[in-house]
Amino acid sequence: MIDLTTTYLGLRLKNPIVASASPLSEKVETAQKLEDAGVSAIVMYSLFEEQIIHESLELDHFLFTGTEVSPEITSFYPQTGRYTLKPDAYLETVAKLKKAVNIPVIGNLNGVSSGGWTKYARKIEEAGADALELNLYYLPVSPDLTSAALEENYVTLVKEICKSLRIPVAVKLSPYVTALPNLARRLVEAGAKGLVLFNRFYQPDIDIENLETLHSLELSTSGELRLPLRWVSILYGKVKADLALTGGVHSAEDVVKAMMAGAKVTLLASELLKHGPGRAASLLEELQAWMEAHEYASIQQMQGSMSQAKGPEPAAYERANYMKVLQSFKTFP
Amino acid sequence: MTKHMVTIDGNEAAASVAHRMNEICAIYPITPSSNMGEWADDWSAIGKKNIWGTVPLVVEMQSEGGAAGAVHGALQAGALSTTFTASQGLLLMLPNMFKIAGELTSTVFHVSARTVAAHALSIFGDHSDVMACRQTGWALLASGSVQEAHDLACIAQVATLEARVPFLHFFDGFRTSHQIEKIEQLSDDDLRYMVDDELVLAHRARALNPERPFIRGTAQNPDVFFQARETVNPFYAKVPAITQKAMDKFAKRTGRQYHLFDYVGAPDAERVVILMASGGETAEATVRYLAEKGEKVGAIRVRLYRPFPAEHFLAALPKTVKSIAVLDRTKEPGANGEPLYLDVTNVLFENGRPDIKVIGGRYGLSSKEFTPAMVKAVLDELKKPEPKNHFTVGIVEDVTHSSLDYDPAFSVEHPETVRCVFFGLGADGTVGANKNSIKIIGEETENNAQGYFVYDSKKSGSMTISHLRFGPKPIQAPYLITANTANFVACHQFTFLERYNITKYAQPGAVFLLNSIYGPEEVWDYLPQEVQRDIIEKKLRFYVINAYDVAEKTGMGGRINTIMQTCFFAISGILPRNEAIAQIKKAIQKTYGKRGEAVVQKNYAAVDQTLANLHEVKAPEKVTSKLTRRPPVPANAPDFVKNVLGQMIGANGDSIPVSALPVDGTFPSGTTKWEKRNIALEIPVWEPDLCIQCGKCVFVCPHAVIRHKVYDKKFLEQAPATFKHMESKFKEFPGMAYTVQVAPEDCTGCTLCVEACPVKDKTNPARKAINMAPQPPRRESEAVNWEFFLGLPEVDRTAISLTTIKNSQLLEPLFEFSGACAGCGETPYVKLLSQLFGDRALVANATGCSSIYGGNLPTTPWTVNKEGRGPAWSNSLFEDNAEFGLGFRLTLDKQMEFARELLPQFAAEVGEQLVDELLHADQTTDLGIKQQRERVEALKQKLTQSKQPQAKNLAAVADALVKKSVWIVGGDGWAYDIGYGGLDHVLASGRDVNLLVLDTEVYSNTGGQSSKSTPRGAVARFAAQGKGLSKKDLGLMAISYGYVYVARVAMGYSDQHSLKVFLEAESYPGPSLIIAYSHCIAHGIDMAKGLEQQKLAVQSGLWPLYRYDPRLASEGKNPLQLDSKEPSVPVEQYMYNETRFRMLAQSNEERAEQLLKLAREDAHARWNFYAQMAAMQYGKNA
Repeated sequence: MIDLTTTYLGLRLKNPIVASASPLSEKVETAQKLEDAGVSAIVMYSLFEEQIIHESLELDHFLFTGTEVSPEITSFYPQTGRYTLKPDAYLETVAKLKKAVNIPVIGNLNGVSSGGWTKYARKIEEAGADALELNLYYLPVSPDLTSAALEENYVTLVKEICKSLRIPVAVKLSPYVTALPNLARRLVEAGAKGLVLFNRFYQPDIDIENLETLHSLELSTSGELRLPLRWVSILYGKVKADLALTGGVHSAEDVVKAMMAGAKVTLLASELLKHGPGRAASLLEELQAWMEAHEYASIQQMQGSMSQAKGPEPAAYERANYMKVLQSFKTFP
Repeated sequence: MTKHMVTIDGNEAAASVAHRMNEICAIYPITPSSNMGEWADDWSAIGKKNIWGTVPLVVEMQSEGGAAGAVHGALQAGALSTTFTASQGLLLMLPNMFKIAGELTSTVFHVSARTVAAHALSIFGDHSDVMACRQTGWALLASGSVQEAHDLACIAQVATLEARVPFLHFFDGFRTSHQIEKIEQLSDDDLRYMVDDELVLAHRARALNPERPFIRGTAQNPDVFFQARETVNPFYAKVPAITQKAMDKFAKRTGRQYHLFDYVGAPDAERVVILMASGGETAEATVRYLAEKGEKVGAIRVRLYRPFPAEHFLAALPKTVKSIAVLDRTKEPGANGEPLYLDVTNVLFENGRPDIKVIGGRYGLSSKEFTPAMVKAVLDELKKPEPKNHFTVGIVEDVTHSSLDYDPAFSVEHPETVRCVFFGLGADGTVGANKNSIKIIGEETENNAQGYFVYDSKKSGSMTISHLRFGPKPIQAPYLITANTANFVACHQFTFLERYNITKYAQPGAVFLLNSIYGPEEVWDYLPQEVQRDIIEKKLRFYVINAYDVAEKTGMGGRINTIMQTCFFAISGILPRNEAIAQIKKAIQKTYGKRGEAVVQKNYAAVDQTLANLHEVKAPEKVTSKLTRRPPVPANAPDFVKNVLGQMIGANGDSIPVSALPVDGTFPSGTTKWEKRNIALEIPVWEPDLCIQCGKCVFVCPHAVIRHKVYDKKFLEQAPATFKHMESKFKEFPGMAYTVQVAPEDCTGCTLCVEACPVKDKTNPARKAINMAPQPPRRESEAVNWEFFLGLPEVDRTAISLTTIKNSQLLEPLFEFSGACAGCGETPYVKLLSQLFGDRALVANATGCSSIYGGNLPTTPWTVNKEGRGPAWSNSLFEDNAEFGLGFRLTLDKQMEFARELLPQFAAEVGEQLVDELLHADQTTDLGIKQQRERVEALKQKLTQSKQPQAKNLAAVADALVKKSVWIVGGDGWAYDIGYGGLDHVLASGRDVNLLVLDTEVYSNTGGQSSKSTPRGAVARFAAQGKGLSKKDLGLMAISYGYVYVARVAMGYSDQHSLKVFLEAESYPGPSLIIAYSHCIAHGIDMAKGLEQQKLAVQSGLWPLYRYDPRLASEGKNPLQLDSKEPSVPVEQYMYNETRFRMLAQSNEERAEQLLKLAREDAHARWNFYAQMAAMQYGKNA
C-alpha cells in the first residue's frame, strides 16, 4: 500500500493534491465533487481587498445615485434591502463548505494594504476555515516605492494578521522579488507557517485594432512549472515553513517533481478547471501508478529529494546553470 | 405603556397601518402615493406580518383601474384588502368604487390627495381627486398631519368593518404624504385592540363561496333598481356614530381624541373658518394664536366629510358664531361654490340658521402655500360688512379680482421653534442628510420635529430646498418657512447665490452656512452684493466650509451630505457638539451599515474632517462686491419668457398674477434655450485634427448640445477668434467648412459623446476627437462660438440623403436642452424624431419621464426651426396616449379628405393645374413635401380672393394636404401596462401612426417601479424580491397583426440601425411600433456607459434587434429581418454591470442564480424563435 499522505500547515492530508483557489470552491456541489475525486484539501477562491472595500462603495454609490433628485423619486430601490455583500457571502460559503466536506478548507484573502479588510482574516477563521492563505498581490508601479519598503509592508501585514489568528497562515508570493529567500525567511519569522509559490499574474494584452487593453484569463501550462520548481528547491530547508507549489501542475509527473523539489503539497486550479473536478481522481491514480512503477512507498520519501540542498546538482538551480542551458541550444546554418 | 416615537412621513405612517390591517394590497404607482405601495411591497418582501400573523400579499396591477378591480374581487372573495392611490389613479378607480359601496363592502383606500390634471398636469396636492369621489357612496375621512394619517388609517379600518360602508382615507399629497414628522407609532397590540375580530369574520362570511353560493352583482330593471338603491340608507345613517365610536375607543387607548368635526378657538367665537386636511393644522394654529390675543375666532376641522353629519357639525359650531368662511382645496368651475362650502350652506339652510353669514373660497390648489397669514386674511374678511364670497387666497387673482390680500409677515410660530432652510443640488445628498438630521432630532431629543422638501422640476442639476423645524412645542406648521424667519440658512451650492435669493430666508442674527471653494479670507469678494447686504444688515453669523474638498479627501466623491450635516449640528447648537457627532455617527451606522464597513468608515472620516475645515467669516461693514445676482433669463428673451417663465426660473412663480398666464394651458414652443443652467463641471471639447466627421457624438447627445454643420467658408470671416473649423469631408459638400460645436451653458456633462467617439489619437489613444475639459474657463468663449454657430445656415434637407448618421445629424434638432437626466437614454431617440420629422410632426406624449422633461414648466424643449415650424406637442394622460395620438391622425385624415373633396370646386379660381398637383402630389421625399407646402401656400393666397362660402373652410384645413407625421411617444409603463389596451387597438386600427416606446424597463418617472417590461431577475420598486417572470414581448404581439411595422432598436449597438428604423417606420403607410432600448439611471449604471450596456444587451441576446416590415410580405419576402447577431456574450456580462440585477445577487443569491439561469434560457429561446421566424419562406415557393 503506497502512502500518499503529507502534512501542510500542520494539517494531515491524505495526499499532496490540493484544489487551489478557483471558482470550483464557490459552490458546495463542486467542492463535494472535488472531495469525492480525492483532493486532500480545498483552498477557497479569493476574497479580495477590493471586493471588501469597493463593492460596498459601489453599492452605496448606485443606491444613492438618482435618489432625491425629483419630488417623484425618493429612491429607485427597496430601502429595506438586506445585502449580502461578497465578503459576507464568502464567509457563508466557508461555513457551508466546512459543513459539506470532511477535508480541510483553507480560506483565501487577497490584498496588500493594511486597513479594515484585514478584519476578514479573523472572520474567515470564525467561519470555520482550517487555515488561511494570504495572497499578497501587488504590482509596484511607482518609481518612488522601494523594494525594501514594499517588503516591509508585506512583513508587517503578515505579522498583523498572524497575530490575530489561531489557525495557520500560508503566504502566497509573487516570483518578482529581488531576494526571495530573505523575504521568505522574514515572512516566516512574522508568523507564516507556509509559503505558496507562486502567484500567477494575469497579464493584460493589447488590442491593436481598437487601441484598448484586453483582460482575459489564460490557464497555466506544464511549462510554467519550472519557475516554482526552482524556488521550492532553493527554499526547501532554508525556511521553517511548509512549501506549496502552484502554477503549472498538470500531471502526476508534475506532482512528483514538486514533491521531489520539496513541496508539501501541489495546488491545482487550471487542470481542474479544464477537465473538471474529477480530474483529481485520475491524477491520483496516475500518481499511484507512477510511484508503484518506480517503487516509491510514500510521498514523504520523495519530498525534497531533488531540492537544492539535497539533490545531486545544487548548482543547477543557480546562475551557473544559466550558461549551461544557453549553450545547450545549437544554431544551425 | 411606553410611547414609541418615530420620525416618518405621511405615506409611511398610513401604509404602516394599512399593511398590518390587511391581507391583500393591490398597487399601482402614482405620485405622491407610490411610496405607500412601495412600503407595503418592501415589508412583505422581508416577511413582515399583519396583526393576524400572516404576510400580506402585495400585487402590482396594470393600472389603478386594475388595482381597484383586484381589490373588489379580493373583497368579494372575503379578504381584507386595500390599495393606495391619488389623482388620475383615483379617478380610474371610480367605477369599482361605486360597485364596492353599492355592495356594502368594508375596505379602506388610502389616498394622498393630488390635483387632477386640467389645463396642465400637476403632481402636487389638492382635493380635486377626492372631491370627484363624493358621489360614489364612500365615506371620506380626512387627515391633516402625519400623526393623523397614521391614526385615522386605523380608525377608518375599524369603522368600515362595522359600518360596511367603504372608507376613503385621505391626506394632502406631498404636504402630508412627504412631510416627515415625529409621531407616536401604533403598536400591533394597539391595532389588535382596535379591531373587533367578529366583524372581520362577518366580512369573511359575506364572501363568495361555492360551499354556500349566492349571486351578487345582478342586472336590475326599472322595476327595482331604485328601491334597491335606497336600501343602504340606514347603513349610511350609522356611519357617523360608528366612526365617532371608533375615535373614542382610539382615544381611550392612545389618549389622542378625534371628532367628526374638531372645533378649536375661542368658545365664544363669532368668526369661524371651516376646512379639512393639512390646512386645518394651519387654521388651528392661527385661531389659537388669535384667540389668545382676544379675537373671537375659531376653526372647524372636518374629519368625516362623507357622509356629512349635519347634527355633529351643528353641535361643533359655537352658538355665538356670526359668520363662517368655508375653504375648499379644489375648484369646481361653474358651480355655485366648492363642495364643502355647498355642504355647509346646505346644512345651515336646512337647519334654520340663515342668521349666519357664509362665504366660501379656494386655497392651496396644487400645493400652493397656505399660511397663517392667509387664514388671518380670511378671518379678517369675515369682519367686513360685505365679505367677498367665492374668493381665492394665496394668489393674485387680478382678472375677476377674487383674491384676498394678506400680510406675508404675519406669523404664529412659537418663539422656541427653530427653523432651518437648506439649499442643495439634487445629487449632493442634501435632502437625505436633512431627513437623517430630522430623525436624529426627533428620535434622540425631546424635541418635536418636522421636515419638508421642495425640488425643482429638472432631473439633472436640480435644486432642492429642505425646510426643517424643531422645538419643544408641537409643530402645527404645514407650510414652508417664510422670508426673514429662518434661524439657520445653508447654501450647499455656491452658484445658487448668483441665481436665487437665499439669504432672504434668514431672520436677523441667523446663521448662514455656505459651501464654498473660497476660504474664510477670500469668500467675501465672491459674494453678490445682495448677499453681502443681507449678511451686514441682518447681522448674520456667516460660516464657510469647502465641503467638496473635504469630500474629495475623505473618499466621499461629490457627496457633501455628511459634511454639511455635521456643520449644521456643529453650528446650530441643537445638541452638545460631542453628542451631535456621536448621533451622526450612529445614524451613519444605521443608514449605511448594511452597505458595508467601507461606506461607514468614509462617512466617519468625513465627519471627523469637517470641524477642522469649518470657519466663521468676519464680514466687513460695507458692501464691496461688484457682482450682482444674475437675471434668470437673458435680456434679449421675449417678454413672456422674461415676465412669466423667467419669474418661475428665479423661484418667484408664486407672485405671478392670474392675468399673466394663458387661459387654456397653451405655452410657446422652444423656451429651454433661455434657461442657461450651467450645470456641467466639464464640457466636451472638439479636436478637429482627429475628427472624421461621423456625427456619432451629435447623434447620441441627450440634450442636443453638440451639433455639427457644413457651411460656406465665407462665413468664417465673421467667426469669433476661438471658433474651430476644418475642411468638410462630406462628399455632398466639397470645399466647404465644417464645425462641431458645443453649447457650453446647456451641456450636462454626461460624456456620452466622448464614449461614442470612434476616433483615437494614434500617439495618445486616451485622446479622442472629442474630450471633456473644465467648463468655467470655456464658458464665455464657447457661448459666443455657440451663438455664432447657431447663426450659420442650416443644411437644405432636400439636398441630402438622410440615410447616414452624419447626414441625418446635419438636421436641426427640434428638441433641445430638456431637463432629462444627464446621459438620458431616451432623449437621443426623441431628438432623432425631431430632426427627421419634427417640422411636420404632431406628438402625443404619454405621462411619464418624457412628458416631464418634454413639458414641465418653466421651460420646455420642443422647439421650432427658422421657418417657425416644429413639433406640435401635447400630453393627455398616462393611459390614453395611443388613443389621443390616433385622434390626431383621424383629424388629419378627415381634414385631408375634406380638403380633397373641396379642392375640385375651386379649380376654376385657383387653377386646375394647382388643384391637380395638390391632389396628386408625391410626398414620399422631403423635396415632394416642400413642393406641396409651397402649393398649399399658393392655394391659401388664392383662396383669400375667393367668394365661395367654402373658401374659408378649405383654407382652414388646407395644411392637412401636406404630409404630417403623427408620433405617439411614451415609456414602457404606458405601452406595456396602463396604455396597452389602447396601444393594441390603435395598432389594430391600421392608421398611419408611429408609436415610439422609450423602454427603460421600469416606471422611471415615478421612481423605478416594475412594469411588464421589467426583465427577469431585476430588482425594482414593487419587485423587491426581483422580477421572477420574463419580460413581455410587446413587439411579437404587434407582429401578430401582420400589418404593423415593428422594430426593436438600441442605438448603442447600432446607431445606423436606429436611423434606418425611424425612416422606415415613418414611411410605412400604416401603424408602426418602435421599441427603443433606453438605458436609465434607474438601472443603477454609470450613465456614461449607457451605450456600452445597450450593446451588451443586444450581444447577450436579451435585446435582439429586428425589423418587421409588412411591405416585404407583399413582395414575397419574409417581413421579419433579424438585425443583430446570435448571442455572443453571456447574459451575466450584461446583467451584472447593473445594480438592478446585481442587487438581487447581493440580497438573495440563490434566487438570483435561479433567475439568471432562466434569463439565459430566455435569451436563447427568444433568439431561436426569431431566427426561425426570420428564416421562414414567404411568397410563391413557401
